[in-house]
Amino acid sequence: MTNPNTILTAWIEGVGLLGPGLPDWPTAQGVLTGDAAYVPSPITAPPPQGLPPAERRRAGVSVKVALAVAQEAIAMGQLDARQLSTVFASSGADGDNCNAICAVLASEDRHISPTRFHNSVHNAPAGYWGIASGAMAPATVLCVYDSCFSAGLLEALTQVTVEGSTALLIAYDSPYPEPLNAKRPLPSAMGIALALTSQKSAQSMAQIQVSLTDTEPDVLADPGLDALRLAIPAARGLPLLQALARKQAREVVLDYLEPLRLNVAIEPCR
Amino acid sequence: MNTLWLSHFTATSAIGCGLEPTHAALRQQRGGLVPCAFDTVDLNTFVGEVAGVDSVQLPAHLTDFDCRNNRLAFLGLQQDGFMAAVEAAIGRHGRRRVAVLLGTSTAGVLQSEQAYRRRDLTNGELPADFNYRTTHNAYSVADFVRNVFKLEGPAAVVSTACSSSAKVFASAARMMEAGLIDAAIVGGVDSLCLTTLYGFNSLELLSATPCRPFDADRSGISIGEASAFILLERPPSTLDANAVLLLGAGESSDAYHMSSPHPDGLGAQMAMAGALKAAGLQAGAIDYINLHGTATPSNDAAEGKAVATLFGDRVPCSSTKGATGHTLGAAGGLEAIIGALALQQGFLPGGVNTINIDPTIPIQYLNANRDSAPQRVLSNSFGFGGTNCSLVLGRAG
Repeated sequence: MTNPNTILTAWIEGVGLLGPGLPDWPTAQGVLTGDAAYVPSPITAPPPQGLPPAERRRAGVSVKVALAVAQEAIAMGQLDARQLSTVFASSGADGDNCNAICAVLASEDRHISPTRFHNSVHNAPAGYWGIASGAMAPATVLCVYDSCFSAGLLEALTQVTVEGSTALLIAYDSPYPEPLNAKRPLPSAMGIALALTSQKSAQSMAQIQVSLTDTEPDVLADPGLDALRLAIPAARGLPLLQALARKQAREVVLDYLEPLRLNVAIEPCR
Repeated sequence: MNTLWLSHFTATSAIGCGLEPTHAALRQQRGGLVPCAFDTVDLNTFVGEVAGVDSVQLPAHLTDFDCRNNRLAFLGLQQDGFMAAVEAAIGRHGRRRVAVLLGTSTAGVLQSEQAYRRRDLTNGELPADFNYRTTHNAYSVADFVRNVFKLEGPAAVVSTACSSSAKVFASAARMMEAGLIDAAIVGGVDSLCLTTLYGFNSLELLSATPCRPFDADRSGISIGEASAFILLERPPSTLDANAVLLLGAGESSDAYHMSSPHPDGLGAQMAMAGALKAAGLQAGAIDYINLHGTATPSNDAAEGKAVATLFGDRVPCSSTKGATGHTLGAAGGLEAIIGALALQQGFLPGGVNTINIDPTIPIQYLNANRDSAPQRVLSNSFGFGGTNCSLVLGRAG
């Protein structure tokens, strides 16, 4: 029980990705393997699928990005969303909404709209996800500043290994407008989703084995991609996605919380 | 779920700093809600404000973290010998084996709300002394606590609105069972701010009187603030009969609406049933339920239906939010501690402010204290976005 070298094992069933210059997982694979050049470009977040019209109108970019990558990962893994527990990991949730509320509260008329308020909770995308997917399974929502990706991965892996559940990690971020952007600059919204199971299936892409380590985190060889990795908390997961794209057995080290990092050993299934 | 031991805990809210005043207030059915005079707020409502937060000084090397939320956290940490208990646990387990998993919904957003009033008149910039990472960001409170104890283990903030600091118990239990850690500081800290006060006002959910959970005339919530800390460890081979154990946790989602509960409390039922299942217990084993009981008409009706479906009217229930206010992201931790006090002190806390118990809700609601010897209690925490978490706590003997 107190083994200091605890290794958490799971299988990756699906991946979702949306970031600047990384419009989806199929396109991004070629960029991550180096077969195509990385060209940063503004993201286009699709309208969220499955939401009633009123909720679809109220969904900001953070909800769109989170739901887009979640749905991409589920489609790839041919999974039933209602059976999946979810872990949402985000540094700031909806930056536009937060800025709008702070601006109104600093004005003469402090009336904020009910929609603004319920969109202000950090778990708003998890709530919209439940409405869109019908999933009544548990949804956990984390914030660990720049360390959200690894913290979310650990939470999802403990769900998979302890509860035997299939878990969907959705790491996403959205930038604040000014003036908050100057204090917390994020260049773009971005999301990464991983569907994780405790048993290998016909859809499994790779086995991952994750443990805590002190080793220095991996950097990405492409300077543009590495700048992205450092600029957006969700993008800290890119070395793992690069290894998946290369379809080769290897180990990567992801940033976590000082002095800890995550060592991720990846073994492709096919 | 593997049983865990609440080896040490402390609570600070509007009814008192630390366990002794909290217990005394509950025994006397003394509430802490007062007319709102917080900051520049001009709303006709009552709040559960913690006295003395403004004068708290953070440790000199952590002044970057200075904000109301972290002052409230530090005030709470200093009660009941909690800091010494954590240091002892670090001595037993090591700095890397103690996690910090805390719930908050507000963190220090008040700092941004106030900074926006001080924007530069010419270029709109926020003041130079404003530090986003250490105050406003949701993680700031866990970061602060991790730094107070110089911990080097896993850490996270769970921010699922009003279920946040209940869900941290479930996350800690999984981390412990997976073997990543040997102890966890769990709980939650939530503090008064304009976003929640004006936000709940926009939904017409703020009561103009001290909130009256499960009263036929209930008219909305009173917002409170609190810090609640619990040290969770694996139970040793022998424990005092009075020791309190975490027996089970259950989590679910409503998948229904962003700010209204499922009318039949389906998600709430799933969370309570999940907690019982994780504890390996039947509904008949529960002796008291600390309800979420926010005092909005729809929340209490939905929770009442869910409780009645699983428990009938056999189990005494109450909401302690009439005393503390709704402490939002700290409610799960605070109310788990109130449940632990009920187990240790042998009483069931009656809900204050509730005069005319709603006759249309078929549960056994207590509005007066009852001397009793509960063996197991259940605590409910539900939140915006349809997030639900229930905990089962029990005595060791």
